[in-house]
Amino acid sequence: MPVLTCRGLRKEFGGQVVLDGLDLTVEDHQVVALIGASGSGKSTLLRCVNLLEELDDGTIELDGVEISDPRVDPDRVRRRIGMVFQSYNLFPHLSVLDNVTLAPRRVHRRERAEAEAQARELLDRVGLGGKADAYPDRLSGGQQQRVAIVRALANSPRLMLLDEVTSALDPELVGEVLAMIRDLKSAGMTMVLATHEMGFAREVADRVCFLDAGRVVEAGPPAQVLGEPTHPRTRQFLKRIIDAGRL
Amino acid sequence: MSRVSPHHDSPASPRRHVASTAQRQRAAYRRRQTTRSVLVAAASTAVLGTLLVVAVTGAPGWDRVRRSFLDPQIARDALPDVLAGLWLNVRLLACCAVGALLLGLLIALLRTLRGPVFFPVRALAAGYTYTFRGLPLIIVLYVLTLGVPGLRLQGMPPVLVLGGLALVLTYGGYLAEVFRAGIESIHPSQLAAARSLGLTYRQTMRHVVLPQAVRRVAPPLLNDVVALQKDVGLVSLAGPIDAVRAAQIATAQTFNYTPYILAGVLFVLLAIPLIAVTDWVTLRSARRQSGG
Repeated sequence: MPVLTCRGLRKEFGGQVVLDGLDLTVEDHQVVALIGASGSGKSTLLRCVNLLEELDDGTIELDGVEISDPRVDPDRVRRRIGMVFQSYNLFPHLSVLDNVTLAPRRVHRRERAEAEAQARELLDRVGLGGKADAYPDRLSGGQQQRVAIVRALANSPRLMLLDEVTSALDPELVGEVLAMIRDLKSAGMTMVLATHEMGFAREVADRVCFLDAGRVVEAGPPAQVLGEPTHPRTRQFLKRIIDAGRL
Repeated sequence: MSRVSPHHDSPASPRRHVASTAQRQRAAYRRRQTTRSVLVAAASTAVLGTLLVVAVTGAPGWDRVRRSFLDPQIARDALPDVLAGLWLNVRLLACCAVGALLLGLLIALLRTLRGPVFFPVRALAAGYTYTFRGLPLIIVLYVLTLGVPGLRLQGMPPVLVLGGLALVLTYGGYLAEVFRAGIESIHPSQLAAARSLGLTYRQTMRHVVLPQAVRRVAPPLLNDVVALQKDVGLVSLAGPIDAVRAAQIATAQTFNYTPYILAGVLFVLLAIPLIAVTDWVTLRSARRQSGG
């Protein structure tokens, strides 16, 4: 059974159609990369899956259970989905440790000591153990984004949604975040990532989906979608990326 | 100490930076400018001060004004009564400030509730802030301290409590708007991050939005508390004797205004710590925001 199934998703913002009958399936342990121009609906899709946006049509299933049903408690769904944002969105008034333990303590009602032990172990594993007591404004962008990933992982999510997590980073800091995502993949995490890093999508993704005007126009193994695209829109998009020296 | 010639200076060894001639000249120029500014400021302050003193003490009526406003003996005699009144101000301020802050926070939170179920709550909260920010405090005081006891209900609280309630209601309206501005200044991405972790709306407010919002609006909140400090004395309109009222009584006995000056000085002294705290909080939050 797929982890995530989206059927016919539609989302409008003030008359502008952002998702236009979008279908997407993500299997267990699969990494799916969403590519496409800005405004093609990548971020909106991720926000809809996490129920941060209300759908205008279509259904979303997580592990075979429809979560787009209004009777489903969104808070219960969200604690099973980890989300990481382009702008990190760490809580600036909390230390790194408190950022990571907030959800385990408040949502999962874990004891402080237990939550902190788990958080320190996760932080140690990604080389941020020394930053546990620092505040976010003392960290580099790359460190902040890695903390944001750890914060999402602390919920032991079934699915991770990564929304252009390297787009706000200086080029020399992109690598450390991508390395962390690579580790997540080898640990078997199911992920959907919206990205502009074509090289990374080719390396880490099991499937690449090209979005255009709110639909998945082309999907398949990275070598095929990025190497021999069949759809003219995909070719056009990739040509622009290559011309800009980004692939 | 052996001197290392520049040719053998390895780049790894930390070298003391020697300022260039241009930098030394710039520094010397800036020092001269600073000295000049200090001298100019001192001179202009001295001139202005002298002018003020000469103008006031040389005025034709100065002796009479000094006798009726600045009589040390009368100030000494009035001090115990004015201090007793001031003690009432302090106690009332402490209670009303806490009450108004809590009420303001509650109203602000009610105004942020979304959904049609909460429409009456939102409307009531909005109506409250409109009414009590528009209504003059003196009228609220009269209604509560003179009108409400007139109902002759059982268990009516004393006038002082009713007066304090009037202050809390009025200042709660102002503080609610300050809190609301703080809550709305928190970027939606913070809410998205909190909700995506599975936190409920209440948990998001409690652990993510409010701590940041309150820190951000602490300076204007404290500013309103400083204003409240002066207004608590208005309860004397309903009978209780605060510092200003005590000064008024003393003035009526001696036909001398010195007690008012005394009360004024005491009020300023009382406000200084609060204002200093406000400035300190403002400075700290400004530093936190600039230090990225």
